[in-house]
Amino acid sequence: MRHGRLPLILSFLLPPLAIYGIFVLSPYLQAFQISTTDWLGYSAQADQVGLANFRTLLHDGYVWNALRNNAILLAVVPVVTIALGLFFASMLTMGGRKGRAGVTGVRGTALYRLVYFFPQVLSVVIIALLWKEIYSPTSGLLNGALRAIGLAEPPAWLGDPRFAFWCVLAVMVWSNVGFYVVLFGAAMQAIPRDIYEAVLLDGASRATMLRKITIPLLWDTIQVAWIYLAIAALDGFILVQLMTNGGPNFSSDVIGLRMYDTSFGSENKFGYASAIGVAMFFLTLSVAVLALRTARRDRIEYS
Amino acid sequence: MSTVRAGVPADRPPRRETGVANVFSHGFLLLWAAMTILPLAWMLLSSLKSNGEIIADPWGLPEALRFDNWARAWTTAHIGRFFLNSLVVVAGSLSLTMLLGATAAYVFARYEFRGRQVVYYLFVGGMMFPVFLALVPLFFVVRSVGLLGTWPGLILVYTAYSLPFTVFFLTAFFRTLPTSVAEAAMIDGCGHFRLFFRVMLPMARPGLISVGIFNFLSHWNQFLLPQVLIPGDGPNRMLAQGLSSLAVSQGYAGDYAQLFAGLTIAVLPVLVVYVAFQRQIQAGLTAGQLK
Repeated sequence: MRHGRLPLILSFLLPPLAIYGIFVLSPYLQAFQISTTDWLGYSAQADQVGLANFRTLLHDGYVWNALRNNAILLAVVPVVTIALGLFFASMLTMGGRKGRAGVTGVRGTALYRLVYFFPQVLSVVIIALLWKEIYSPTSGLLNGALRAIGLAEPPAWLGDPRFAFWCVLAVMVWSNVGFYVVLFGAAMQAIPRDIYEAVLLDGASRATMLRKITIPLLWDTIQVAWIYLAIAALDGFILVQLMTNGGPNFSSDVIGLRMYDTSFGSENKFGYASAIGVAMFFLTLSVAVLALRTARRDRIEYS
Repeated sequence: MSTVRAGVPADRPPRRETGVANVFSHGFLLLWAAMTILPLAWMLLSSLKSNGEIIADPWGLPEALRFDNWARAWTTAHIGRFFLNSLVVVAGSLSLTMLLGATAAYVFARYEFRGRQVVYYLFVGGMMFPVFLALVPLFFVVRSVGLLGTWPGLILVYTAYSLPFTVFFLTAFFRTLPTSVAEAAMIDGCGHFRLFFRVMLPMARPGLISVGIFNFLSHWNQFLLPQVLIPGDGPNRMLAQGLSSLAVSQGYAGDYAQLFAGLTIAVLPVLVVYVAFQRQIQAGLTAGQLK
Protein backbone atom coordinates (compact mmCIF):
# COMPACT_ATOMS: atom_id res chain seq x y z
CA MET A 1 0.00 0.00 0.00
CA ARG A 2 2.88 2.35 0.70
CA HIS A 3 4.36 1.64 -2.70
CA GLY A 4 4.54 4.76 -4.86
CA ARG A 5 4.02 7.11 -1.93
CA LEU A 6 7.47 8.66 -1.83
CA PRO A 7 7.82 9.05 -5.62
CA LEU A 8 4.52 10.88 -5.67
CA ILE A 9 5.42 13.23 -2.84
CA LEU A 10 8.77 14.05 -4.40
CA SER A 11 7.60 14.49 -7.97
CA PHE A 12 4.56 16.50 -6.92
CA LEU A 13 6.34 18.75 -4.47
CA LEU A 14 9.81 19.40 -5.84
CA PRO A 15 9.02 21.21 -9.13
CA PRO A 16 6.69 23.78 -7.54
CA LEU A 17 9.07 24.24 -4.63
CA ALA A 18 12.00 24.78 -6.99
CA ILE A 19 10.17 27.43 -9.02
CA TYR A 20 8.93 29.09 -5.84
CA GLY A 21 12.37 29.05 -4.27
CA ILE A 22 14.14 30.51 -7.30
CA PHE A 23 11.68 33.20 -8.34
CA VAL A 24 9.90 34.15 -5.11
CA LEU A 25 11.82 33.20 -2.01
CA SER A 26 15.35 34.04 -3.13
CA PRO A 27 14.43 37.49 -4.54
CA TYR A 28 12.64 38.38 -1.31
CA LEU A 29 15.65 37.36 0.76
CA GLN A 30 18.06 39.14 -1.59
CA ALA A 31 15.97 42.29 -1.40
CA PHE A 32 16.68 42.61 2.30
CA GLN A 33 20.37 42.16 1.63
CA ILE A 34 20.48 44.59 -1.33
CA SER A 35 18.70 47.20 0.77
CA THR A 36 21.85 47.50 2.89
CA THR A 37 24.12 48.25 -0.10
CA ASP A 38 24.73 51.30 -2.25
CA TRP A 39 24.35 49.30 -5.46
CA LEU A 40 23.96 51.68 -8.38
CA GLY A 41 22.79 50.43 -11.71
CA TYR A 42 24.06 47.46 -13.60
CA SER A 43 27.64 47.36 -12.40
CA ALA A 44 28.75 44.65 -10.02
CA GLN A 45 30.12 47.27 -7.67
CA ALA A 46 28.13 47.30 -4.44
CA ASP A 47 29.39 48.20 -0.99
CA GLN A 48 27.80 47.43 2.33
CA VAL A 49 26.46 50.63 3.80
CA GLY A 50 24.49 49.18 6.69
CA LEU A 51 21.35 51.11 7.43
CA ALA A 52 22.41 54.24 5.55
CA ASN A 53 19.68 53.77 2.95
CA PHE A 54 17.05 53.71 5.64
CA ARG A 55 18.47 56.86 7.19
CA THR A 56 18.28 58.58 3.80
CA LEU A 57 14.74 57.29 3.49
CA LEU A 58 13.70 59.00 6.69
CA HIS A 59 14.78 62.37 5.30
CA ASP A 60 13.61 61.87 1.72
CA GLY A 61 10.87 64.43 1.11
CA TYR A 62 9.69 62.66 -2.05
CA VAL A 63 9.18 59.42 -0.18
CA TRP A 64 7.21 61.15 2.57
CA ASN A 65 5.14 62.99 -0.01
CA ALA A 66 4.31 59.67 -1.69
CA LEU A 67 3.57 58.04 1.66
CA ARG A 68 1.20 60.84 2.55
CA ASN A 69 -0.79 60.13 -0.59
CA ASN A 70 -0.86 56.43 0.24
CA ALA A 71 -2.10 57.33 3.71
CA ILE A 72 -4.95 59.35 2.20
CA LEU A 73 -5.81 56.43 -0.09
CA LEU A 74 -5.73 54.16 2.93
CA ALA A 75 -8.07 56.40 4.90
CA VAL A 76 -10.56 57.07 2.10
CA VAL A 77 -10.70 54.20 -0.41
CA PRO A 78 -11.68 51.30 1.91
CA VAL A 79 -14.35 53.29 3.76
CA VAL A 80 -16.00 54.71 0.65
CA THR A 81 -15.77 51.47 -1.32
CA ILE A 82 -17.19 49.34 1.48
CA ALA A 83 -19.97 51.83 2.21
CA LEU A 84 -21.03 51.98 -1.43
CA GLY A 85 -20.67 48.20 -1.76
CA LEU A 86 -22.87 47.55 1.28
CA PHE A 87 -25.46 50.08 0.17
CA PHE A 88 -25.80 48.70 -3.35
CA ALA A 89 -25.62 45.07 -2.24
CA SER A 90 -28.37 45.54 0.33
CA MET A 91 -30.51 47.28 -2.29
CA LEU A 92 -30.00 44.40 -4.66
CA THR A 93 -30.68 41.62 -2.18
CA MET A 94 -33.49 43.16 -0.13
CA GLY A 95 -34.42 46.54 -1.52
CA GLY A 96 -37.53 45.23 -3.26
CA ARG A 97 -41.07 46.16 -2.31
CA LYS A 98 -42.46 44.27 0.61
CA GLY A 99 -45.02 41.93 -0.78
CA ARG A 100 -46.19 38.48 0.06
CA ALA A 101 -42.87 37.02 -0.94
CA GLY A 102 -41.20 38.74 2.00
CA VAL A 103 -37.71 40.18 1.52
CA THR A 104 -36.54 40.35 -2.09
CA GLY A 105 -34.19 42.37 -4.23
CA VAL A 106 -35.18 45.19 -6.53
CA ARG A 107 -36.24 44.45 -10.06
CA GLY A 108 -33.39 43.82 -12.47
CA THR A 109 -31.02 42.63 -9.74
CA ALA A 110 -29.30 40.16 -12.04
CA LEU A 111 -28.69 42.83 -14.65
CA TYR A 112 -27.29 45.28 -12.09
CA ARG A 113 -24.98 42.63 -10.76
CA LEU A 114 -23.76 41.85 -14.29
CA VAL A 115 -23.03 45.51 -15.03
CA TYR A 116 -21.51 46.47 -11.69
CA PHE A 117 -18.91 43.76 -12.01
CA PHE A 118 -17.61 45.01 -15.39
CA PRO A 119 -14.59 46.95 -14.04
CA GLN A 120 -13.38 43.85 -12.22
CA VAL A 121 -12.74 41.94 -15.45
CA LEU A 122 -11.01 44.88 -17.14
CA SER A 123 -7.30 45.16 -16.59
CA VAL A 124 -6.13 48.08 -14.47
CA VAL A 125 -4.08 49.28 -17.45
CA ILE A 126 -7.21 49.65 -19.56
CA ILE A 127 -9.08 51.35 -16.71
CA ALA A 128 -6.21 53.80 -16.24
CA LEU A 129 -5.90 54.66 -19.93
CA LEU A 130 -9.65 54.98 -20.42
CA TRP A 131 -10.09 57.31 -17.45
CA LYS A 132 -7.14 59.36 -18.50
CA GLU A 133 -9.06 60.10 -21.68
CA ILE A 134 -12.28 60.73 -19.74
CA TYR A 135 -10.48 63.37 -17.66
CA SER A 136 -8.81 64.89 -20.72
CA PRO A 137 -9.25 68.70 -20.58
CA THR A 138 -10.27 69.17 -24.19
CA SER A 139 -11.61 65.93 -25.61
CA GLY A 140 -12.70 64.19 -22.39
CA LEU A 141 -16.13 62.92 -21.51
CA LEU A 142 -16.20 64.80 -18.21
CA ASN A 143 -15.34 68.24 -19.52
CA GLY A 144 -17.60 67.66 -22.51
CA ALA A 145 -20.46 67.32 -20.04
CA LEU A 146 -19.34 70.28 -17.95
CA ARG A 147 -19.14 72.51 -21.02
CA ALA A 148 -22.57 71.30 -22.12
CA ILE A 149 -24.11 72.50 -18.85
CA GLY A 150 -22.51 75.90 -19.32
CA LEU A 151 -19.18 75.76 -17.52
CA ALA A 152 -16.95 77.83 -19.78
CA GLU A 153 -13.58 76.79 -18.36
CA PRO A 154 -13.74 73.39 -16.66
CA PRO A 155 -10.64 72.24 -14.72
CA ALA A 156 -7.76 70.37 -16.35
CA TRP A 157 -8.27 67.51 -13.82
CA LEU A 158 -5.16 65.34 -14.17
CA GLY A 159 -3.14 68.40 -15.22
CA ASP A 160 -4.10 70.31 -12.10
CA PRO A 161 -2.16 69.56 -8.90
CA ARG A 162 -5.25 70.33 -6.84
CA PHE A 163 -7.34 67.63 -8.49
CA ALA A 164 -5.00 65.01 -10.02
CA PHE A 165 -4.66 62.85 -6.93
CA TRP A 166 -8.39 62.89 -6.15
CA CYS A 167 -9.17 61.95 -9.75
CA VAL A 168 -6.99 58.87 -9.39
CA LEU A 169 -8.59 58.07 -6.04
CA ALA A 170 -12.05 58.26 -7.59
CA VAL A 171 -11.02 55.79 -10.29
CA MET A 172 -9.71 53.43 -7.61
CA VAL A 173 -13.09 53.48 -5.90
CA TRP A 174 -14.93 53.17 -9.21
CA SER A 175 -12.97 50.09 -10.20
CA ASN A 176 -13.48 48.30 -6.87
CA VAL A 177 -17.09 48.96 -5.86
CA GLY A 178 -18.68 46.43 -8.22
CA PHE A 179 -16.61 43.58 -6.88
CA TYR A 180 -17.67 44.27 -3.31
CA VAL A 181 -21.31 44.60 -4.33
CA VAL A 182 -21.12 41.03 -5.60
CA LEU A 183 -19.06 39.83 -2.64
CA PHE A 184 -21.37 41.36 -0.04
CA GLY A 185 -24.41 40.30 -2.04
CA ALA A 186 -23.31 36.67 -1.92
CA ALA A 187 -22.73 36.93 1.83
CA MET A 188 -26.12 38.60 2.38
CA GLN A 189 -27.87 35.85 0.49
CA ALA A 190 -26.46 33.38 3.00
CA ILE A 191 -28.30 35.16 5.84
CA PRO A 192 -31.59 33.35 6.54
CA ARG A 193 -34.57 35.26 5.16
CA ASP A 194 -36.71 34.69 8.25
CA ILE A 195 -34.41 36.86 10.36
CA TYR A 196 -35.21 39.81 8.10
CA GLU A 197 -38.87 38.98 7.94
CA ALA A 198 -39.09 38.83 11.71
CA VAL A 199 -37.37 42.20 12.04
CA LEU A 200 -39.61 43.72 9.38
CA LEU A 201 -42.69 42.44 11.19
CA ASP A 202 -41.41 44.24 14.25
CA GLY A 203 -41.49 47.38 12.14
CA ALA A 204 -37.77 48.05 11.61
CA SER A 205 -36.78 50.32 8.74
CA ARG A 206 -34.37 49.37 5.99
CA ALA A 207 -31.60 51.47 7.49
CA THR A 208 -32.02 49.86 10.91
CA MET A 209 -31.99 46.45 9.30
CA LEU A 210 -28.74 47.21 7.51
CA ARG A 211 -27.12 48.66 10.61
CA LYS A 212 -28.33 46.23 13.26
CA ILE A 213 -28.63 42.95 11.37
CA THR A 214 -26.77 42.88 8.08
CA ILE A 215 -23.51 44.57 8.99
CA PRO A 216 -22.92 42.59 12.21
CA LEU A 217 -23.69 39.33 10.41
CA LEU A 218 -21.41 40.30 7.52
CA TRP A 219 -18.57 41.44 9.74
CA ASP A 220 -16.15 38.69 8.70
CA THR A 221 -16.60 39.50 5.02
CA ILE A 222 -16.25 43.22 5.66
CA GLN A 223 -13.04 42.56 7.55
CA VAL A 224 -11.58 40.66 4.60
CA ALA A 225 -12.68 43.43 2.26
CA TRP A 226 -11.02 45.96 4.52
CA ILE A 227 -7.68 44.19 4.42
CA TYR A 228 -7.71 43.72 0.65
CA LEU A 229 -8.67 47.34 0.04
CA ALA A 230 -6.02 48.54 2.48
CA ILE A 231 -3.37 46.57 0.61
CA ALA A 232 -4.67 47.95 -2.70
CA ALA A 233 -4.51 51.47 -1.26
CA LEU A 234 -0.85 50.99 -0.38
CA ASP A 235 -0.18 50.09 -4.01
CA GLY A 236 -2.00 52.15 -6.63
CA PHE A 237 1.09 52.00 -8.82
CA ILE A 238 -0.47 51.17 -12.19
CA LEU A 239 -3.26 53.75 -11.96
CA VAL A 240 -0.89 56.51 -10.91
CA GLN A 241 1.89 55.67 -13.34
CA LEU A 242 -0.38 55.54 -16.36
CA MET A 243 -2.77 58.36 -15.46
CA THR A 244 -0.46 61.03 -14.06
CA ASN A 245 2.99 59.45 -13.64
CA GLY A 246 2.89 60.94 -10.17
CA GLY A 247 2.46 64.49 -11.37
CA PRO A 248 1.84 67.27 -11.79
CA ASN A 249 4.76 68.20 -9.57
CA PHE A 250 4.56 64.92 -7.55
CA SER A 251 1.05 65.81 -6.34
CA SER A 252 -0.26 62.30 -7.07
CA ASP A 253 2.86 60.29 -6.34
CA VAL A 254 2.61 56.96 -4.51
CA ILE A 255 5.27 54.86 -2.83
CA GLY A 256 5.14 52.07 -5.44
CA LEU A 257 5.90 54.55 -8.20
CA ARG A 258 8.72 56.03 -6.10
CA MET A 259 10.28 52.60 -5.88
CA TYR A 260 9.77 51.81 -9.57
CA ASP A 261 11.22 55.15 -10.65
CA THR A 262 14.21 54.75 -8.36
CA SER A 263 15.03 51.29 -9.74
CA PHE A 264 13.79 50.99 -13.32
CA GLY A 265 12.72 54.52 -14.20
CA SER A 266 14.73 57.71 -14.09
CA GLU A 267 17.42 56.18 -11.86
CA ASN A 268 18.95 52.77 -11.19
CA LYS A 269 19.59 53.06 -7.48
CA PHE A 270 18.92 49.42 -6.74
CA GLY A 271 20.13 49.55 -3.15
CA TYR A 272 17.98 52.51 -2.25
CA ALA A 273 14.98 51.15 -4.16
CA SER A 274 15.22 47.88 -2.25
CA ALA A 275 15.21 49.85 0.98
CA ILE A 276 11.95 51.46 -0.15
CA GLY A 277 10.68 47.95 -0.93
CA VAL A 278 11.58 46.74 2.56
CA ALA A 279 9.81 49.74 4.05
CA MET A 280 6.74 48.94 1.93
CA PHE A 281 6.82 45.37 3.15
CA PHE A 282 6.76 46.35 6.80
CA LEU A 283 4.12 48.96 6.08
CA THR A 284 1.85 46.47 4.33
CA LEU A 285 2.36 43.93 7.06
CA SER A 286 1.57 46.34 9.88
CA VAL A 287 -1.48 47.72 8.10
CA ALA A 288 -2.81 44.19 7.59
CA VAL A 289 -2.19 43.30 11.23
CA LEU A 290 -3.70 46.58 12.38
CA ALA A 291 -6.78 46.10 10.22
CA LEU A 292 -7.23 42.61 11.62
CA ARG A 293 -6.91 43.79 15.20
CA THR A 294 -9.21 46.81 15.03
CA ALA A 295 -11.78 44.81 13.12
CA ARG A 296 -11.69 42.05 15.69
CA ARG A 297 -12.24 44.45 18.55
CA ASP A 298 -15.24 45.98 16.83
CA ARG A 299 -16.71 42.59 16.28
CA ILE A 300 -16.76 41.86 19.99
CA GLU A 301 -18.56 45.13 20.59
CA TYR A 302 -21.25 44.17 18.12
CA SER A 303 -21.97 40.64 19.19
CA MET B 1 -34.97 57.36 9.49
CA SER B 2 -33.79 54.48 11.54
CA THR B 3 -36.29 54.30 14.34
CA VAL B 4 -37.55 50.92 15.34
CA ARG B 5 -41.31 51.20 15.30
CA ALA B 6 -42.33 48.47 17.64
CA GLY B 7 -45.96 49.49 17.74
CA VAL B 8 -46.76 49.11 14.04
CA PRO B 9 -49.07 46.15 13.43
CA ALA B 10 -47.72 43.36 11.29
CA ASP B 11 -50.28 43.74 8.53
CA ARG B 12 -49.54 47.42 7.97
CA PRO B 13 -45.89 47.86 6.95
CA PRO B 14 -44.67 51.48 6.66
CA ARG B 15 -45.42 51.75 2.98
CA ARG B 16 -45.04 55.45 2.33
CA GLU B 17 -41.53 55.60 3.73
CA THR B 18 -40.32 52.68 1.62
CA GLY B 19 -42.02 54.05 -1.47
CA VAL B 20 -39.96 57.23 -1.33
CA ALA B 21 -36.87 55.34 -0.27
CA ASN B 22 -37.34 52.96 -3.17
CA VAL B 23 -37.43 55.68 -5.81
CA PHE B 24 -34.50 57.37 -4.15
CA SER B 25 -32.27 54.32 -3.88
CA HIS B 26 -33.33 52.95 -7.24
CA GLY B 27 -32.05 56.22 -8.61
CA PHE B 28 -28.68 55.56 -7.04
CA LEU B 29 -28.57 52.05 -8.47
CA LEU B 30 -29.29 53.42 -11.93
CA LEU B 31 -26.74 56.19 -11.50
CA TRP B 32 -23.97 53.73 -10.63
CA ALA B 33 -24.94 51.46 -13.52
CA ALA B 34 -24.70 54.47 -15.82
CA MET B 35 -21.32 55.41 -14.37
CA THR B 36 -20.09 51.90 -15.13
CA ILE B 37 -21.50 51.60 -18.63
CA LEU B 38 -20.95 55.15 -19.85
CA PRO B 39 -17.11 55.02 -19.98
CA LEU B 40 -17.22 51.73 -21.87
CA ALA B 41 -19.90 52.92 -24.28
CA TRP B 42 -17.94 56.11 -24.85
CA MET B 43 -14.80 54.11 -25.56
CA LEU B 44 -16.67 51.99 -28.12
CA LEU B 45 -18.27 55.00 -29.83
CA SER B 46 -15.05 57.00 -29.88
CA SER B 47 -13.25 54.07 -31.47
CA LEU B 48 -15.57 54.51 -34.44
CA LYS B 49 -15.25 58.28 -34.76
CA SER B 50 -12.70 60.36 -36.62
CA ASN B 51 -10.11 62.28 -34.61
CA GLY B 52 -11.77 65.53 -35.63
CA GLU B 53 -15.10 64.33 -34.27
CA ILE B 54 -13.54 63.21 -30.99
CA ILE B 55 -11.95 66.59 -30.34
CA ALA B 56 -14.90 68.66 -31.53
CA ASP B 57 -17.57 66.92 -29.44
CA PRO B 58 -16.75 64.17 -26.93
CA TRP B 59 -20.47 63.37 -26.52
CA GLY B 60 -21.33 63.36 -30.22
CA LEU B 61 -22.21 60.26 -32.19
CA PRO B 62 -19.98 59.16 -35.06
CA GLU B 63 -21.10 60.36 -38.47
CA ALA B 64 -19.92 57.16 -40.08
CA LEU B 65 -18.67 53.97 -38.45
CA ARG B 66 -14.94 54.11 -39.06
CA PHE B 67 -13.75 50.59 -38.55
CA ASP B 68 -10.46 51.59 -40.18
CA ASN B 69 -9.49 52.85 -36.69
CA TRP B 70 -9.66 49.27 -35.53
CA ALA B 71 -7.62 48.09 -38.50
CA ARG B 72 -5.01 50.76 -37.75
CA ALA B 73 -4.80 49.72 -34.09
CA TRP B 74 -4.60 46.06 -35.05
CA THR B 75 -1.82 46.46 -37.61
CA THR B 76 0.05 49.75 -37.08
CA ALA B 77 0.01 49.58 -33.29
CA HIS B 78 0.36 45.78 -33.38
CA ILE B 79 -2.46 45.32 -30.86
CA GLY B 80 -3.36 42.12 -32.66
CA ARG B 81 0.09 40.68 -32.18
CA PHE B 82 0.29 41.77 -28.53
CA PHE B 83 -3.09 40.22 -27.93
CA LEU B 84 -1.87 36.87 -29.26
CA ASN B 85 1.36 37.19 -27.25
CA SER B 86 -0.63 37.62 -24.06
CA LEU B 87 -2.86 34.72 -24.99
CA VAL B 88 0.10 32.37 -25.52
CA VAL B 89 1.87 33.42 -22.32
CA VAL B 90 -1.27 33.19 -20.19
CA ALA B 91 -2.13 29.79 -21.68
CA GLY B 92 1.32 28.59 -20.64
CA SER B 93 1.42 30.19 -17.22
CA LEU B 94 -2.15 29.16 -16.37
CA SER B 95 -1.55 25.50 -17.31
CA LEU B 96 1.68 25.39 -15.37
CA THR B 97 0.16 27.12 -12.33
CA MET B 98 -2.79 24.76 -12.24
CA LEU B 99 -0.69 21.63 -12.69
CA LEU B 100 1.97 22.52 -10.11
CA GLY B 101 -0.56 24.11 -7.76
CA ALA B 102 -2.86 21.09 -7.79
CA THR B 103 -0.06 18.56 -7.30
CA ALA B 104 1.54 20.48 -4.44
CA ALA B 105 -1.81 21.16 -2.76
CA TYR B 106 -2.73 17.49 -3.04
CA VAL B 107 0.43 16.44 -1.24
CA PHE B 108 -0.08 19.05 1.49
CA ALA B 109 -3.70 18.01 1.96
CA ARG B 110 -3.40 14.24 1.79
CA TYR B 111 0.05 13.08 2.83
CA GLU B 112 1.72 13.12 6.22
CA PHE B 113 5.46 13.63 6.26
CA ARG B 114 8.00 15.28 8.47
CA GLY B 115 8.24 19.05 8.12
CA ARG B 116 4.99 19.30 6.18
CA GLN B 117 3.66 22.20 8.22
CA VAL B 118 6.90 24.16 7.88
CA VAL B 119 7.12 23.69 4.12
CA TYR B 120 3.44 24.54 3.75
CA TYR B 121 3.67 27.80 5.64
CA LEU B 122 6.90 28.76 3.91
CA PHE B 123 5.13 28.22 0.63
CA VAL B 124 1.86 29.94 1.43
CA GLY B 125 3.63 32.77 3.26
CA GLY B 126 4.56 34.18 -0.16
CA MET B 127 1.04 35.65 -0.31
CA MET B 128 1.94 38.15 2.38
CA PHE B 129 4.77 39.88 0.52
CA PRO B 130 4.27 42.78 -1.88
CA VAL B 131 5.72 42.07 -5.35
CA PHE B 132 7.51 45.41 -5.20
CA LEU B 133 9.89 44.04 -2.61
CA ALA B 134 11.12 41.33 -4.99
CA LEU B 135 11.28 43.49 -8.11
CA VAL B 136 14.97 44.39 -8.22
CA PRO B 137 16.45 40.98 -7.33
CA LEU B 138 13.86 39.24 -9.52
CA PHE B 139 15.10 41.15 -12.53
CA PHE B 140 18.64 39.85 -11.91
CA VAL B 141 17.52 36.31 -11.11
CA VAL B 142 15.63 36.10 -14.39
CA ARG B 143 18.57 37.66 -16.23
CA SER B 144 21.08 35.27 -14.67
CA VAL B 145 19.11 32.21 -15.84
CA GLY B 146 19.06 33.76 -19.31
CA LEU B 147 15.30 34.26 -19.48
CA LEU B 148 15.12 38.06 -19.44
CA GLY B 149 12.89 39.33 -22.23
CA THR B 150 11.54 35.87 -23.02
CA TRP B 151 8.13 34.30 -22.67
CA PRO B 152 9.32 31.22 -20.73
CA GLY B 153 10.80 33.60 -18.17
CA LEU B 154 7.50 35.42 -17.83
CA ILE B 155 5.55 32.14 -17.65
CA LEU B 156 7.77 30.82 -14.86
CA VAL B 157 7.53 34.06 -12.89
CA TYR B 158 3.73 34.33 -13.25
CA THR B 159 3.50 30.73 -12.08
CA ALA B 160 5.84 31.25 -9.15
CA TYR B 161 3.88 34.25 -7.86
CA SER B 162 0.51 32.54 -8.30
CA LEU B 163 1.49 29.32 -6.57
CA PRO B 164 1.14 30.47 -2.93
CA PHE B 165 -2.50 31.45 -3.29
CA THR B 166 -3.33 28.54 -5.61
CA VAL B 167 -1.80 26.02 -3.20
CA PHE B 168 -3.50 27.66 -0.24
CA PHE B 169 -6.88 27.55 -1.92
CA LEU B 170 -6.59 24.04 -3.35
CA THR B 171 -5.16 22.51 -0.15
CA ALA B 172 -8.28 23.67 1.66
CA PHE B 173 -10.36 22.28 -1.17
CA PHE B 174 -8.69 18.86 -1.28
CA ARG B 175 -9.19 18.57 2.47
CA THR B 176 -12.94 18.92 2.04
CA LEU B 177 -13.13 15.95 -0.35
CA PRO B 178 -14.31 12.69 1.25
CA THR B 179 -11.56 10.20 2.05
CA SER B 180 -13.82 7.20 1.53
CA VAL B 181 -13.60 7.39 -2.26
CA ALA B 182 -9.81 7.43 -2.14
CA GLU B 183 -9.72 4.50 0.28
CA ALA B 184 -12.07 2.47 -1.88
CA ALA B 185 -9.93 3.13 -4.94
CA MET B 186 -6.78 2.13 -3.02
CA ILE B 187 -8.39 -1.14 -1.92
CA ASP B 188 -9.24 -1.82 -5.55
CA GLY B 189 -5.52 -1.59 -6.26
CA CYS B 190 -5.33 1.94 -7.59
CA GLY B 191 -1.79 3.39 -7.37
CA HIS B 192 -0.94 6.77 -5.89
CA PHE B 193 -0.48 8.53 -9.22
CA ARG B 194 -3.55 6.98 -10.81
CA LEU B 195 -5.60 7.91 -7.77
CA PHE B 196 -4.64 11.54 -8.17
CA PHE B 197 -5.17 11.91 -11.89
CA ARG B 198 -8.22 9.67 -12.29
CA VAL B 199 -10.10 10.15 -9.03
CA MET B 200 -9.03 13.17 -6.97
CA LEU B 201 -8.39 15.68 -9.75
CA PRO B 202 -11.84 15.20 -11.35
CA MET B 203 -13.43 15.49 -7.91
CA ALA B 204 -11.66 18.80 -7.33
CA ARG B 205 -13.05 20.33 -10.52
CA PRO B 206 -15.15 23.09 -8.90
CA GLY B 207 -12.17 24.30 -6.90
CA LEU B 208 -9.89 24.13 -9.91
CA ILE B 209 -12.33 26.20 -11.97
CA SER B 210 -12.62 28.89 -9.27
CA VAL B 211 -8.93 29.34 -8.76
CA GLY B 212 -8.31 28.96 -12.50
CA ILE B 213 -10.58 31.89 -13.30
CA PHE B 214 -8.91 33.93 -10.58
CA ASN B 215 -5.45 33.14 -11.95
CA PHE B 216 -6.45 33.73 -15.56
CA LEU B 217 -7.57 37.28 -14.85
CA SER B 218 -4.59 38.10 -12.68
CA HIS B 219 -2.13 36.81 -15.30
CA TRP B 220 -4.00 38.46 -18.16
CA ASN B 221 -4.02 41.79 -16.35
CA GLN B 222 -0.36 41.78 -15.28
CA PHE B 223 1.52 44.95 -16.06
CA LEU B 224 4.31 45.41 -13.55
CA LEU B 225 6.03 42.05 -14.12
CA PRO B 226 6.13 42.20 -17.94
CA GLN B 227 7.20 45.83 -17.72
CA VAL B 228 10.28 44.78 -15.75
CA LEU B 229 10.94 41.36 -17.31
CA ILE B 230 10.30 42.19 -20.99
CA PRO B 231 12.04 45.56 -21.19
CA GLY B 232 12.43 47.66 -24.31
CA ASP B 233 9.89 47.93 -27.10
CA GLY B 234 10.27 44.61 -28.86
CA PRO B 235 7.52 42.73 -30.67
CA ASN B 236 7.20 40.10 -27.93
CA ARG B 237 5.65 42.39 -25.34
CA MET B 238 2.33 41.77 -23.60
CA LEU B 239 -0.98 43.44 -24.44
CA ALA B 240 -0.90 45.71 -21.39
CA GLN B 241 2.51 47.03 -22.43
CA GLY B 242 1.38 47.50 -26.02
CA LEU B 243 -1.63 49.49 -24.90
CA SER B 244 0.38 51.72 -22.60
CA SER B 245 2.91 52.53 -25.32
CA LEU B 246 0.05 53.11 -27.76
CA ALA B 247 -1.27 55.66 -25.25
CA VAL B 248 2.14 57.34 -25.14
CA SER B 249 2.51 57.54 -28.93
CA GLN B 250 -1.11 58.72 -29.22
CA GLY B 251 -0.15 61.62 -26.98
CA TYR B 252 2.37 62.75 -29.60
CA ALA B 253 0.47 61.91 -32.76
CA GLY B 254 -2.98 62.97 -31.57
CA ASP B 255 -4.52 59.76 -32.93
CA TYR B 256 -7.20 59.38 -30.26
CA ALA B 257 -9.36 57.11 -32.37
CA GLN B 258 -6.58 54.56 -32.68
CA LEU B 259 -6.12 54.43 -28.91
CA PHE B 260 -9.84 53.96 -28.33
CA ALA B 261 -9.87 51.25 -31.00
CA GLY B 262 -6.95 49.49 -29.33
CA LEU B 263 -8.67 49.63 -25.93
CA THR B 264 -11.92 48.35 -27.44
CA ILE B 265 -10.15 45.44 -29.11
CA ALA B 266 -8.61 44.54 -25.76
CA VAL B 267 -11.85 44.89 -23.81
CA LEU B 268 -14.44 43.26 -26.07
CA PRO B 269 -13.30 39.60 -25.91
CA VAL B 270 -12.91 39.72 -22.14
CA LEU B 271 -16.33 41.31 -21.76
CA VAL B 272 -17.97 38.75 -24.07
CA VAL B 273 -16.44 35.85 -22.14
CA TYR B 274 -17.51 37.48 -18.88
CA VAL B 275 -21.11 37.93 -19.96
CA ALA B 276 -21.23 34.32 -21.17
CA PHE B 277 -19.80 32.83 -17.99
CA GLN B 278 -20.96 35.51 -15.60
CA ARG B 279 -21.95 33.29 -12.72
CA GLN B 280 -18.82 31.13 -12.72
CA ILE B 281 -16.53 34.14 -13.05
CA GLN B 282 -18.18 36.08 -10.22
CA ALA B 283 -18.18 32.97 -8.03
CA GLY B 284 -14.56 32.20 -8.86
CA LEU B 285 -13.32 35.70 -8.12
CA THR B 286 -15.28 36.15 -4.90
CA ALA B 287 -14.31 32.69 -3.65
CA GLY B 288 -10.71 33.74 -4.12
CA GLN B 289 -11.20 36.67 -1.79
CA LEU B 290 -13.38 35.03 0.84
CA LYS B 291 -10.87 32.38 1.85
